[in-house]
Amino acid sequence: MLETVKHVVLVLSGKGGVGKSTVSTQLALTFKEKGYRVGLLDIDLCGPSVPYLLQLEGKDVHQCPEGWVPVYTNPDKQLAVMSIGFLLNNRNASVVWRGPKKTAMIKQFLNDVVWGDLDILVIDTPPGTSDEHITVMENLKDVKCSGAVIVTTPQEVAIEDVRKEITFCKKTGIPILGIIENMSGFVCPTCSECSNIFSSGGGACLAELAKVPLLGTLPIDPTVGVLLGKACVIELPDSTSAKVFNDILLQLIDKLSIAAPSQPV
Amino acid sequence: MSDVERFENQPENCPGTQSENAGKVSACAKCPNQQLCSSGTLKGTNSGMHEIQERLKDVKHKILVLSGKGGVGKSTLTCLLSRAFSLKNAEEHVAVLDIDICGPSQPRILGVLGEQVHQSGSGWSPVYVEDNLSVMSIGFLLSNPDDAIIWRGPKKNGIIKQFLSEVDWGKLNYLLIDTPPGTSDEHLSVTTYLAKAGLTGAIIITTPEEVALLDVRKEIDFCRKVNVKILGVIENMSLFVCPNCKTESKIFSTSGVKQMCEDLKVPFLGSLPVDPLLAKCCDQGIDYLRERSNSPIVKALDKIIEGIEKQCTI
Repeated sequence: MLETVKHVVLVLSGKGGVGKSTVSTQLALTFKEKGYRVGLLDIDLCGPSVPYLLQLEGKDVHQCPEGWVPVYTNPDKQLAVMSIGFLLNNRNASVVWRGPKKTAMIKQFLNDVVWGDLDILVIDTPPGTSDEHITVMENLKDVKCSGAVIVTTPQEVAIEDVRKEITFCKKTGIPILGIIENMSGFVCPTCSECSNIFSSGGGACLAELAKVPLLGTLPIDPTVGVLLGKACVIELPDSTSAKVFNDILLQLIDKLSIAAPSQPV
Repeated sequence: MSDVERFENQPENCPGTQSENAGKVSACAKCPNQQLCSSGTLKGTNSGMHEIQERLKDVKHKILVLSGKGGVGKSTLTCLLSRAFSLKNAEEHVAVLDIDICGPSQPRILGVLGEQVHQSGSGWSPVYVEDNLSVMSIGFLLSNPDDAIIWRGPKKNGIIKQFLSEVDWGKLNYLLIDTPPGTSDEHLSVTTYLAKAGLTGAIIITTPEEVALLDVRKEIDFCRKVNVKILGVIENMSLFVCPNCKTESKIFSTSGVKQMCEDLKVPFLGSLPVDPLLAKCCDQGIDYLRERSNSPIVKALDKIIEGIEKQCTI
């Protein structure tokens, strides 16, 4: 399973709507822009967001003798994507599945997708600590799972759920690479006043409490929300978000000792 | 309570013990429980539904608060609506049931963090926030805020059933059920268990951006598949008004919520703006309605409450 993948990074959060999918797609795109070969696997079966965020809705997964061929974002095939969204024929259709069916689907995603040689595989997850998470954790036991990045927003209500996710990682032996705090402040476009809509400083407090590093703090930036498939580091190079993503990437490369890209750009 | 639960012997396409096909499909062939399932004795657990029906017979309206997407404000809205109902009529009782097992937020938001649930002859006593507002959540059963509930579906279903059949709510006008995001075990269980007791309907919460709407459309599809009436859609975090210069910003891009409601023919109940103070009140468990009685959120909420009351009587 995943023999051709060098590193696996899980993007987790106990809380929903904190930006797991946005962070996953932007991390994958940033790695791609740096010349790495990247895979992005979306295991949120009831609410897959990756196809929309990368503007790949309506693309099909093909079957080849070795297994399922993932969807590529461009002909260079530098970024391979897999999501249940590609298997549904109607974007409004719901996937009303109990645990055992979800487990089987995730196992198939992990076993049957022909990723090819990848420097890194990013796995985007649904919120919680249940079937999807247990399945991924159990199956990655035999794979060198490199670790988890935990996403949170600053308010207590989110931190409370994320603490549970950290307990999950510790109990199951998944190394935590660090915490990313998202939506930490909104800068008014007119007067530049910064409002902490979801309070502030929660990510740093949590990092200290759980004794894991804080990888970065991302502001609320409506322009990042509408990038849709484009890398923040390329489209908005001077934005705070781009700087934070670049910085997070360097930290991950360092922590995981990811070798320089196989094909320099 | 927090040990990882493994069901290694359960076949992946198990039809479920309550299914007509329990013990009869090909997947059951190798299952150690096949005999038990096919004998029909497990279907006897259906009697649980009778207990639930009996327990909830004095609850007038049972309403689910749903959203396919996480972090859109299901728990915040559940809290605001329950407080608004309780404030509106001191004689009528309201209760909140939190079935988000992996991420319970109600104890904090309603300001009853650290309270305990007591057992009495007539069942579990919920925690009272006001004289006429009570709440039940798995959060009350955990001893440490770091404790994680790492459960697969069947265990989650078990606790939901217990919440529905064993909590002694008393006579209620409204029971609001706060759910986790998605369309999976918790949602299927609660709708199945409440089928006999009678579910009034569901309120769907969304934020304006397309990523959220995408999941919310799936939730509407779910409601239709399982025959739950949609009382309406509430749009949360629609606009942000800068406290300094009063500029209005659309943080989560443009809104297609009204359009979606028209397209899918579901009632639109109203929009709530973003208020940083609301997030703060939720974190500290303060009653926002009393704290900011003249805020635009409270005004919008009044109209939403009217809309819900109207939908409940149709």
